[in-house]
Amino acid sequence: MKLLEIRNLKKNYGEKEILKGISFEMDKRETIVVIGPSGTGKSTMLSCINMLTKPDDGEILLNGQDIVKAKNVEKMRQKIGMVFQEFNLFNHLTVLDNVRIGPLKVKKLSKSDATRMALENLRKVGLESRADAYPAELSGGQKQRVGIARALAMEPDLILFDEPTSALDPELVGEVLEVMRKLAKDGMTMLIVTHEMSFARDIADRIIFMENGYIVEEGTPQKILSHPEKERTRQFLSKFRRES
Amino acid sequence: MQLFLSSIGILLKGTETTVELTVASIFLGTAIAVFIALGQVYGNIWIKIAATIYERTIRSIPILIIMFIIFFGFPSMGIRFAPFVAAVLALGLRSSAYQSQIFRGALLAVSKGQVLAARSLGMTESQVFFHVTFPQAIRFSIAPLTNEFTIVLKDTSIAYALGVTELLREGTYIVSTTYEPLLIYSMCAAIYFIITFGTNKFVSVVEKRFSIPGYEVRGVERA
Repeated sequence: MKLLEIRNLKKNYGEKEILKGISFEMDKRETIVVIGPSGTGKSTMLSCINMLTKPDDGEILLNGQDIVKAKNVEKMRQKIGMVFQEFNLFNHLTVLDNVRIGPLKVKKLSKSDATRMALENLRKVGLESRADAYPAELSGGQKQRVGIARALAMEPDLILFDEPTSALDPELVGEVLEVMRKLAKDGMTMLIVTHEMSFARDIADRIIFMENGYIVEEGTPQKILSHPEKERTRQFLSKFRRES
Repeated sequence: MQLFLSSIGILLKGTETTVELTVASIFLGTAIAVFIALGQVYGNIWIKIAATIYERTIRSIPILIIMFIIFFGFPSMGIRFAPFVAAVLALGLRSSAYQSQIFRGALLAVSKGQVLAARSLGMTESQVFFHVTFPQAIRFSIAPLTNEFTIVLKDTSIAYALGVTELLREGTYIVSTTYEPLLIYSMCAAIYFIITFGTNKFVSVVEKRFSIPGYEVRGVERA
C-alpha cells in the first residue's frame, strides 16, 4: 500500500479553480519536491492534504484511509506534520514548549516523556541549546528549524513543507536545507514545495512540476530538471537557469 | 486644615462606594464582554449580527441616558432597581460593549498562522483556543483593559445623578454645608487621580511580568 494516494483533488475559491484534478502517490521514505510558478496551487494542495483547507472533490488516502471523509480530522492531522513558510511558531511559548506542546497536549504523553521527545528533536535540528529561548529571540533560520522540530515531535508518517526557506534571508537558507537533507537521509517521508532547484535536484526522489492547478509532468530529478518532456516545464526551468 | 481633616473621613467613605461601584461594574462588564467577543469572533452569522448590534447600540448611547432608562424608565414596566444596582447595570453594560471590542481585537491579533500550526499538530478547536489563542490574547488585552477600567472608575461619578452616595455625592454634601467647593472637589479629584495612577502603575508591573521576551506585547504580529 502507498503511504499517500491523492486522486483527482479539486479545490475552487469562488469562481476560480485552484486545483483542477491532482493525482499522485507517495511511498514511505520517499521525498517528493513540488515545483512550479507562483499561484499554481502548490500551497493549496499541501493545505488540502492535512485538511487545513477543505477540498471540494477528490480523495486523499493516508495508509489507505480517506482523510477527506475521516470523522476525526484531528487524529489524521497528527500523522501529517506541516512546516510553514512563515514558521508560525507559538510566540508565547519557549522553544522547548513549542516542540513539546504536541506530544504533551495532543498525544497526551507524560511531561517527562514529552520533554525527552522535544529535546531529542531539538538536537536533530541543532537547537538543543536554545530550548529556553522565545521565538522572537531567534533568527529566521533558527525559527524554521524549531518549526521542523515541532513537526517531528509528533512522529508523523509524513511531513509537508510549504516553501520552508522562502521567508528567509539568503544566508540562512543553508542551515534549514541542511536539516532537511539529514531528515531525507534518515528516511523521513517528505513532500516539499520549494523554489530551491539545486536542493530539489539533490534531495528529491521525484519531482512534480505543477502549473495552473494541474500536474504537468513528474519524474526523477534527472528527467524533470535535465530532460523535461513538456515544453512548459522547459520554459519554467529556463528562467531559473538564466538566474544562476 | 481643620476642614481637610474632617472631610477626608467622609470622602473616603464615599470612595469605598466608588470602588465598589467600579469593581462590580467591571465584573459585570467583563462577564458579558467575553461572550460578546467570542460571539463576534467565533459565532455563526446570526450570533455575529446579534453581538454586533448589542455592541454598536450600547456604544452609541450616552451613559447618563442608559442610567436614566434603567433607573427611571424600567419601573414603568414594573422593574425596579436600587440606585446602586441601576448604576452598576448601566456602567457594566456600557463597559461590556467597550471591553468586547478589546477582547475581539486581542483574539484577532493572534496570527492565523499560529492557529493553522496548532491545528496541523492535531489540536482540537478548544485546545487551539486554550493553548494558543487565549494566552496571547489575554496579554494583548492588559493595556487597553486598564484604560477601560479607569474610565469606568471615573464614570462612576455619574451615579451621582441617581443619588448613589459615592465619592462625588459625599463631596457635594460637604460643599453644601461648608461652601468650600474648590478645596472639596479638588480633594475628590485627587482621590480619583491617586486610584487611577496607582492602578496604571500596578498594571504596568503586571504587564512586564507577563511579557514575552523579545516580543513587544502590544506590538504588531511579525513573522
